[in-house]
Amino acid sequence: MTRGRAGRAGRARRARTIRLVEIAHARSGDKGDTANIGLIARNPKDYPLLVKQVTAARVARHFTGMIKGLVERFELPNLFALNFLLHGALDGGGTISLKTDAQGKVFSTALLRMEIEVGR
Amino acid sequence: MTSRPATVRVAAGQGFWGDWLEAPYRQVTGGPIDYLMMDYLAEVTMSILQKQKSRDASLGYATDFITQMERILPTVIERGIKVTANAGGVNPRACAAAVAAVAKKLGLSGKLKIGVVTGDDLLGRLDGLVARGHELKNLDTGRPLRDVRDRVLSANAYLGAAPVVDALRRGAQVVITGRVTDTGLTLGPLMHAFGWSGDAWDLIAAGTVAGHIIECGAQASGGNCLNDWEHIPDLANVGYPIVEAQAGGTFELVKHPRSGGRIDVAGVTEQLVYEMGDPQSYITPDGIADFTTIQLKQNGKDRVQVSGVKGKPATDKLKVSIAYFYGYKAVGTLVYAWPDALKKAQAADRVLRQRLEDLKLKFEAIHTEFVGATATHGPLALADFDASEIPEVQLRIGVRSADQAPVDRFTREIAPLILNGPPSVTGFAGGRPKPEEIVAYWPALIDRKVVEPKVEIVDA
Repeated sequence: MTRGRAGRAGRARRARTIRLVEIAHARSGDKGDTANIGLIARNPKDYPLLVKQVTAARVARHFTGMIKGLVERFELPNLFALNFLLHGALDGGGTISLKTDAQGKVFSTALLRMEIEVGR
Repeated sequence: MTSRPATVRVAAGQGFWGDWLEAPYRQVTGGPIDYLMMDYLAEVTMSILQKQKSRDASLGYATDFITQMERILPTVIERGIKVTANAGGVNPRACAAAVAAVAKKLGLSGKLKIGVVTGDDLLGRLDGLVARGHELKNLDTGRPLRDVRDRVLSANAYLGAAPVVDALRRGAQVVITGRVTDTGLTLGPLMHAFGWSGDAWDLIAAGTVAGHIIECGAQASGGNCLNDWEHIPDLANVGYPIVEAQAGGTFELVKHPRSGGRIDVAGVTEQLVYEMGDPQSYITPDGIADFTTIQLKQNGKDRVQVSGVKGKPATDKLKVSIAYFYGYKAVGTLVYAWPDALKKAQAADRVLRQRLEDLKLKFEAIHTEFVGATATHGPLALADFDASEIPEVQLRIGVRSADQAPVDRFTREIAPLILNGPPSVTGFAGGRPKPEEIVAYWPALIDRKVVEPKVEIVDA
């Protein structure tokens, strides 16, 4: 089941696949049973990549099995950031939740595992 | 009226009840500040305080605040620093009395005016409000409050900056509030110092953004900052953030010289997006801030300028934070070691779940995590490494129920697994898990006009 990064090298000669963690940072928090993830481009030039590839639908797919509700996305071009709301992510949230990450504090880092294509 | 200052410095002293005890003292002694703002109230804190007050009418506030004030009050008075804090919880008057007693003990009687902000506590008015048609529907689920009315433990409207401004205008040097918003504790001082009017929406929004950035303390000055985290200097000595504001609404984030941490655009951006909903509509009792208008600029080392903030008028509603008794939960853990640590923990989970089922115990939820493997990143984690080589995995299993009995029984099912479940298990020294009562949060809206903030001035 391991997907070695080397195994992908030959797949596309011009496009390179990287993980978001290489070009973005993030912070997350909670509101009830909703986790929010603010995804921020480390370099403003990479913000369009985030806008194009890190769509609400892709984020929902990325978190398959981890969230029960919809994913909403908001753009903050002034901060080179996207904000995602992940509904039904926290097992009820707050004090109800049985999760270690009941307040969604590290959901942001799970998003940074997502792969995108760069350098076409 | 004295002339308006060119700049006003509002320093963050506490980001939550339980934050670093050294921070307030360092903020008042580390360099010049005009205001110290301290945020103590999380959503469920009010219910804990309400419980304390029901046992002892002189309690119900954040007691840490009194210890803090004892330490900083001489400096605060000597330097003319003003303090805003929502430490009053559900008993701001008792909190003020405790601060006054501290002032007396320090020989500072007659030198301190304390402003007390109340009017947020709706617990005693709930039935009347519901009878008059205020349904207080849960903002997340849409259910009316009557579904849980008999289990409500506290109910507080979020007040904004206005009563804080009123208290400052009437000469209070320390303003103690109940459920005033975190942002209002920063916005209030700015409105007062600069004479901003309550309908100057862009200025209100700017002060709200300033409050949002510093309300979590060091989270804006290098704490919990992912970007370049390994190079953030001297977190042991982290400087909490300070808003250095100008009358026109532009402000800079700074910290005291010779303190640790870092204030840069990336870190401030992380804090701006923290707990964010719709960025164009950050709603507070004071107005609506549009976070897509914020412009950030690095103006020097540990100095970030925030400008351009636009706002919109306040709504006619206030948010109400209601806490109610929900049920019981318990969480148990065991640690499984290599080889096949994850498989063993997964097998133990299956055994335990079957036993709970055979006992016909009814739970609202059973939640299993494998700490060290998938607890925080779920299946995403396993795609990136060889799970069979994990040195150890903590099995963490929790249950939740409206009734206590099945939760109690669950707590007896963890320890037996040590001898009658999968092998290589340890980490049970803490004994059997303890059932906990769940006090849950019920967010609602109420018409602003039925909530009347009150301000009293107490001479200490």
